[in-house]
Amino acid sequence: MIKALGYFIEIIRGSIITTRHFVVNMFFHILKVIGIKTKRKGAVTIQYPEQKKKLASRHRSLHRIMKREDGKPRCVACMLCVTVCPSECIYVEAAEDPDPEIQKYPSTFIIDINRCCFCGFCVEACPEDAIRMDTGIIEIAQYDRNDLIYDLDKLLE
Amino acid sequence: MIDALIVLIKVICALIWLLTITLYLTWVERKESAVLQDRIGANRASILGIRVIGLFQPFADAIKMIFKEDFVPSFSKKFLHTIAPFLSFFFVSITIAAIPFGDSIRIGGRSINLQVLDINVGLLFIIAMMSLGIYGIIIAGWASNNRFTLLGGMRGAAQLISYEIALGLSLVGLIMIYPSLKMSSIVHFQGELILGFIPKWGFFLQPLGFIIFLFAALAETKRVPFDLPEGESEIIGFFTEYSGLKWGLFMMTDFMEIVIISTLLTTLFFGGWQVPWLTSQGFQWPWDGEWLLPHWAVIIIQVAAFNLKVFFFCWLQILFRWTYPRFRYDQLMDLGWKLLIPLSLVNIAGTAIVMSI
Repeated sequence: MIKALGYFIEIIRGSIITTRHFVVNMFFHILKVIGIKTKRKGAVTIQYPEQKKKLASRHRSLHRIMKREDGKPRCVACMLCVTVCPSECIYVEAAEDPDPEIQKYPSTFIIDINRCCFCGFCVEACPEDAIRMDTGIIEIAQYDRNDLIYDLDKLLE
Repeated sequence: MIDALIVLIKVICALIWLLTITLYLTWVERKESAVLQDRIGANRASILGIRVIGLFQPFADAIKMIFKEDFVPSFSKKFLHTIAPFLSFFFVSITIAAIPFGDSIRIGGRSINLQVLDINVGLLFIIAMMSLGIYGIIIAGWASNNRFTLLGGMRGAAQLISYEIALGLSLVGLIMIYPSLKMSSIVHFQGELILGFIPKWGFFLQPLGFIIFLFAALAETKRVPFDLPEGESEIIGFFTEYSGLKWGLFMMTDFMEIVIISTLLTTLFFGGWQVPWLTSQGFQWPWDGEWLLPHWAVIIIQVAAFNLKVFFFCWLQILFRWTYPRFRYDQLMDLGWKLLIPLSLVNIAGTAIVMSI
């Protein structure tokens, strides 16, 4: 019984902590409703579709393929990204380029985002800096799986 | 004829009051928990693009619940399975009948009590009806014909019966002091003053009884510190086999119990609709002054005071629900049998000694 009485002190301390949170947050909420701007907010919530958090500069988002100055993809179809990809989601078909400096170009370059795990190994493996994951697009959900298979045109855009 | 009409209007008004508060407690619970966890809470339910800090959320919840499939498992006892949520809902909602909302109004030579049913055994009636709510739990657990729900129902019955003893005993001290079990005379009694300035509220007369009653009543609502009957995710509760509106009825019963417990705390321990120093003529200050008010203003102040007190206790119970973790089963039984019941017996003995002196 004495031991149980000891709990009561902790119980009261616990409710004081939550009451303090409630009162302080309510105070800042009410200030906001009245129209007084304060540095501190009543809640840490980011109201997602309207407000968006700034992504970190090294955040890995949707892939894109870089272009040369003449508008062709930088990719030389070396297959390094295909080799390194742990999810095996990149499919590249090489074709011969008339320019002897380049030799090869990808005739098809498909990334299956369904399988991609966004590890970023393809970006690190690429010798030509042709593939990057810095578009900042993270809302890539689709209703149809086929819409998530990105080909060269979509990746270049 | 007019008397019957008045009773009908009172019944409808009391039920509307109870159901509205219950409905909005679901919203208050989400918002309050959000505020005390530094979040914002449900604020997206909107009608035609207007969202008033999520005030339409209860309607959205209700519509969702109505359109859900009402699934009755093939192995359940159909009739009892159907009737169980209604039983627990009915026995809780009927208790509002004995709660006094305000002093009697005088309209056209007729004096109307702001209370649906002012019976002589009002307090016993409320406690009896709240105990009958256990049947809903046990029947729900048993009729689902599922071992886990049966265990949940048994846990619920054990918990509620244990805490009912403490709940009843904590009120014995009050009953000894108060002249009657009639709710209206209990509230009238609390309008007097101790030493000329402290209102004679149950809280000041029975502080220990108040604490015991508060904890026992929290256990009666079967919410989080004492939510062993339900145990939303970890230990399967008694309404696992329910879905749709029947499940909603069980949830609503919980919130209704919060309201009923709040009204009980207000009526028994915090003077019901009494405002300190407010008499039927107006304020009689303890320092030899007075502020006369018309009859209607006094009634409005009293009803507003009752509502404010009830809202405060609803707020407090939701605060407790979002502060404390669940009791272990043996801790629950220890608290009930080894702490609250002996303390309430001590309280009764102490009250008897003080009264006989």
